[in-house]
Amino acid sequence: MAQLTCQNLCLGYDGREIIHDLSFQVEAGNYLCILGENGSGKSTLMRTILGLQAPLSGKVLTGDGLLPQEIGYLPQQTLVQRDFPASVWEIVLSGCQNRQGFRPFYSRDEKEQARAMIDKLELTPLMKRCYRELSGGQQQRVLLARALCATRKMLLLDEPVSGLDPKVTQEMYAIIRKLNREEGITILMISHDLHAAVEDATHILHIGHTVFFGTKEEYLKSDAVLAFAPGGADK
Amino acid sequence: MSEFLSKLEYLQFPFVRYALIVGVLIALCSSLLGVPLVLKRFSFIGDGLSHVAFGAMAIAAVLGLTNDMPLILVITIASAILLLRTGQNAKIKGDAAVAMISVGALAIGYLLMNLFNHSSNLSGDVCSTLFGSTSILTLTKGEVWLCLILSVLVVAVFVLFYDKIFAVTFDESFARATGTKAGLYNLLIAIITAVIIVLAMNLVGSLLISALVIFPALSAMRVFKSFRGVVICSAVLSVLCSLVGMLISILAGTPVGSTIVAVDIAAFGVFSLIGFLKGNLK
Repeated sequence: MAQLTCQNLCLGYDGREIIHDLSFQVEAGNYLCILGENGSGKSTLMRTILGLQAPLSGKVLTGDGLLPQEIGYLPQQTLVQRDFPASVWEIVLSGCQNRQGFRPFYSRDEKEQARAMIDKLELTPLMKRCYRELSGGQQQRVLLARALCATRKMLLLDEPVSGLDPKVTQEMYAIIRKLNREEGITILMISHDLHAAVEDATHILHIGHTVFFGTKEEYLKSDAVLAFAPGGADK
Repeated sequence: MSEFLSKLEYLQFPFVRYALIVGVLIALCSSLLGVPLVLKRFSFIGDGLSHVAFGAMAIAAVLGLTNDMPLILVITIASAILLLRTGQNAKIKGDAAVAMISVGALAIGYLLMNLFNHSSNLSGDVCSTLFGSTSILTLTKGEVWLCLILSVLVVAVFVLFYDKIFAVTFDESFARATGTKAGLYNLLIAIITAVIIVLAMNLVGSLLISALVIFPALSAMRVFKSFRGVVICSAVLSVLCSLVGMLISILAGTPVGSTIVAVDIAAFGVFSLIGFLKGNLK
């Protein structure tokens, strides 16, 4: 069974349907890029996959040893976080929260894991620094480290490079690529950036007026690519 | 400091000691809670809930209850749950909901008191519930114990659930998505907020209660940069301010509540300055 299966999903809110009858499957180790115009329901789809919002109809199923709460998540920055007094260490450690249950305080294992993730994402010199004083790229790496504390199986990234400059954007994509190829972590990435999607993704889900799901190769030959970027991906 | 305290002859009186104990406990609890409340953009919940408590007190007076505490607690907790739970996707957004309940309860409370209260000094009664009464100086041993037990409970809950409160405050969506019972912890925060507010009403009164919740947290945030640092600084600062405020008010004969708040404001000024200098010297 696939890690993540969406069956006949209809999504929307306030009784208004945005996405109709969407079905797709994600296998372990896939790199799925979710493309779509603004307002096409990308964020709604993401919230549904994360279990934050109920679909109007249809189902989201997890399998292949993946539990629903094992989907790591890299959110877009919220207003609250922008001036939140918290150190890098505190934020990364909070990713271990889902294993804690009702037990108070973090165990030594959890602290070690958080430290390992901080090392992996080269945040060690920043560990005691305040989150709100970091650059955009550093903040994204902190949130990525937190997500990796929560899961080793699947990551859902919501426009991970928005607001980053080109150099940092490339670094971010490189980190994500490495996590996918070397550690076998399944990636679901919401993006505006067709070129990056084409470079790294194995599968593409395009939502909006035209709905497409398939491998990257199929996508580049399909009509959906024209709807999103007239002239094709090599423009 | 302790020498200075021993010189204060007022401390011989048990009611002064009771007032100090209760004041410090309330300051401690409210400042702990203040940090997540301010960060969740719920600074005004203290104000809103205390007005609810005022309304509840009026209802208790109308019903002729001698012990109005249980009724006030129940009504305030229910409102707190309503406000914090509907926070995210309600039709009426957070700030509007708080404002609505706050002024609504105030109006209904005053109306009820006017219609049914047989006390000869109505405006005095209203004034003392709004601005804190001298009843902080007439506490009985039983009330001090009640306050002590509730405070220990609040601090224990805060320490035991510290990690969860951080996770839920920093990023509720992430916490929820990765399996933390965010709703449950929000509920917990709402309930202890209501308890603290009902306790603190005697001390500073309905109108000034927000000050105890927000000032220490905001002051601490000027200077400290980690969540833990902010929480600890906020608690220490709040306890110190309330002690100083109460001592001044006893010595100078000023109203207890507003003196404490004035000291809190002064501390905020000092901390802002420190934060500013710290930022500029880097």
